[in-house]
Amino acid sequence: MNYYLWPALFILISVVMGLIRILRGPTAADRMLAAQLFGTGGVAILLILAQAMQMPSLVDVALIYALLAAVTMVVFVRRQWGNHENERKMKDESH
Amino acid sequence: MSLTDLLGTFMLLLAIPFFWGGSLGLLRFPDIYTRLHALTKADNLGLGLVVAGSILMSKEWTVGVKLLLIWLAVLVASTISCYLIANAARKRKITPWKIP
Repeated sequence: MNYYLWPALFILISVVMGLIRILRGPTAADRMLAAQLFGTGGVAILLILAQAMQMPSLVDVALIYALLAAVTMVVFVRRQWGNHENERKMKDESH
Repeated sequence: MSLTDLLGTFMLLLAIPFFWGGSLGLLRFPDIYTRLHALTKADNLGLGLVVAGSILMSKEWTVGVKLLLIWLAVLVASTISCYLIANAARKRKITPWKIP
């Protein structure tokens, strides 16, 4: 294999390390932050893979990933975590 | 191996410490505001370095423009989500961490 894959591997290790926050994080927003870390790291890994494996279509995949990460966070805050008046009505315990 | 390839590889390697710093900050910082700080700054700088290295190694300029657009999209996304989460946390009256 070619040596461009080593940076991708190290970034993947750091992303997996950040996923521990999903297990521990006290609030739901902490867990979503780990998901956003996965988004950023995933875009970086895809860009490196596009270089390493000479597959230019992976750049398009990274673009879709970046756009979806934005939509995910906005939907999470606007519909779930932001309006906690609704949440109190639903008796959600997850702070 | 040309000079631009060497420079691009150097930038890819330079991006790794920023990603590790972002993950460590996400794990070790005490509350949500500081974790936002770690995630939306360090990781985007690392991604910027990856994009810069890929632009240096790409053969056509259209690919470079697309890579720049990807970085711009991620920057906009992280800025918006950082503001939204910090604002929602403030509305929930989560108090910022202070040095005890």
